[in-house]
Amino acid sequence: MSTTTEDLLREKRRRDIPVRRRTAVYVYQAPLRVWHWVNALSITILAITGWLIANPLPSLPGEASDHFVMGYIRFFHFAAAYVFAVAFIFRIYWAIAGNSYAKQLFTLPFWRKGFWEELWHEVRWYAFKEREPRKYYGHNPLAHLFMVVIITVGGLVMMVTGFALYAEQTGLGSWQDQWFGWLIPLVGQSQDVRIWHHWGMWVIVVFVMLHVYTAIREDVMSRQSLISTMISGWRMFKDDRP
Amino acid sequence: MPRSTPETFYDVMRRQGISRRSFVKFCSLTATALGLAPSFAGKIAHAMETKPRTPVLWLHGLECTCCSESFIRSAHPLVSDVVLSMISLDYDDLIMASAGHQAEAILEEITHKYKGNYILAVEGNPPLNQEGMSCIIGGRPFVDQLREVAKDCKAIISWGSCASWGCVQAARPNPTRATPIHQVIHDKPIIKVPGCPPIAEVMTGVLTYMLTFERIPELDRQGRPTMFYGQRIHDKCYRRPHFDAGQFVESWDDEAARKGYCLYKVGCKGPTTYNACSTVRWNNGVSFPIQSGHGCIGCSEDGFWDKGSFYQHTTDTHVFGVEANADKVGLAAVGAVGAAIGAHAAYSAVHKIKQKRPESAEAHDSAGEQQ
Repeated sequence: MSTTTEDLLREKRRRDIPVRRRTAVYVYQAPLRVWHWVNALSITILAITGWLIANPLPSLPGEASDHFVMGYIRFFHFAAAYVFAVAFIFRIYWAIAGNSYAKQLFTLPFWRKGFWEELWHEVRWYAFKEREPRKYYGHNPLAHLFMVVIITVGGLVMMVTGFALYAEQTGLGSWQDQWFGWLIPLVGQSQDVRIWHHWGMWVIVVFVMLHVYTAIREDVMSRQSLISTMISGWRMFKDDRP
Repeated sequence: MPRSTPETFYDVMRRQGISRRSFVKFCSLTATALGLAPSFAGKIAHAMETKPRTPVLWLHGLECTCCSESFIRSAHPLVSDVVLSMISLDYDDLIMASAGHQAEAILEEITHKYKGNYILAVEGNPPLNQEGMSCIIGGRPFVDQLREVAKDCKAIISWGSCASWGCVQAARPNPTRATPIHQVIHDKPIIKVPGCPPIAEVMTGVLTYMLTFERIPELDRQGRPTMFYGQRIHDKCYRRPHFDAGQFVESWDDEAARKGYCLYKVGCKGPTTYNACSTVRWNNGVSFPIQSGHGCIGCSEDGFWDKGSFYQHTTDTHVFGVEANADKVGLAAVGAVGAAIGAHAAYSAVHKIKQKRPESAEAHDSAGEQQ
């Protein structure tokens, strides 16, 4: 998409036709923005409660019947997990119903050579080898790749492993068991699924760190808006050059 | 003694000197042990009186005999001794009186006489490397004996973790290529009764169910009877309230250990282990590992020797020859990425300032030229 736009612009410039100013594009529709922040909140809760399930807080004194700390932590984990899963299903729907930028999370132009060239340009930009980044309405290719791998594929892995573990307590024959229980013997045993789910948490935590950093950095350093775009939906460009 | 009708369980019992009264008691006890309604005692009695007995052949491969040790300590000697040793257990080279050729002859006889009608119980597993030479029974590799006896059996019971998953002799690097039964025999129904060893009452319960009802108990995805392996130890653990309350043993001699708090933080595998330990318990229902103050080590789970420490909750991951702990690597990665972000951000700021200076200088120069 962006290549064609760029090519067009380049072509126009070559012909010395004046470039029309375009400083803002409506990219992220309201439902997508709501999904983003709901997702961000649920991932935060999931990571914190998940860490606390694997590494519980220090014991409280008194009778067992006086407390329900682990019970509440697990409840919040499962509640946030359901929110994440339902939001994910909604996100699939929105990829169909929403605009073309809403489809990026589920499509990767893997076979388009230009995509990888632009991705390399973006890598060089982060390595200070390029003077400035290119402009994109949607995700830049590097972000696009990370979104698909971590949020779509990673999210699916976390949901499937998570529900398989959840099925252990809902029991044999529960819908969670019927839908996801097959995963446990496939991976090995329950402990393996736990540990892979735990590895997944770390991958997502590292991604969140990079995502937040690059979003802030791009907002400051690049030629377009990032953070405000996920709030207002409008992508603002700082210059008129192609 | 020649008979017109095939011998029933009841016939053999009476022949062994069991009174009618003891027989009825046994039937009601079995019904209770299997979690059935009292009315089933009569059905079991009827079945045992009318159905021809099913012989059980018990083979031993690479194993430590802990399954048999567990079995002969069954809390209900009536079940193990009467039903199995006296009535149906026709071959078990560990506890049978006959030996050598005499013993092997029984195997031959039963497999012919009861073709397709006997149950094969296997304790241990066959090693496949070196043509099976690491386990020789009667002068031949065990894998040959296993294949021969399995050929005409009705069903196979895999006793213990050895037969079910491979257990210690199949742990990395598994030099003899010890292989669980279901990976050697593919054409027979296999019931896995894992554990190292399995609980005696679980073993007798599964066998009694199969002998009396002439059908395989309901199995889960991994081929284990759901009646004993349908839930985790964690689900029925008497220390579960401490888990939910967030009260944990931190080290082996702390106050929490004395108070009997949950052993989750010291690596208890109860939450990932499917077995009946927390309900049936061991040694006549006296205790089970968690009750004795030690976490479950997950002995009835697949490959438990290779799944990392018994004393860690977040166990190490072993993949592609690399061993790593998710929490250690995760925290290190977060630290490294955090530091990298900080450095990148700082350099970005410096870079931007650097980039701006010559730009403004150039702009100034060009402005000067224009003037």
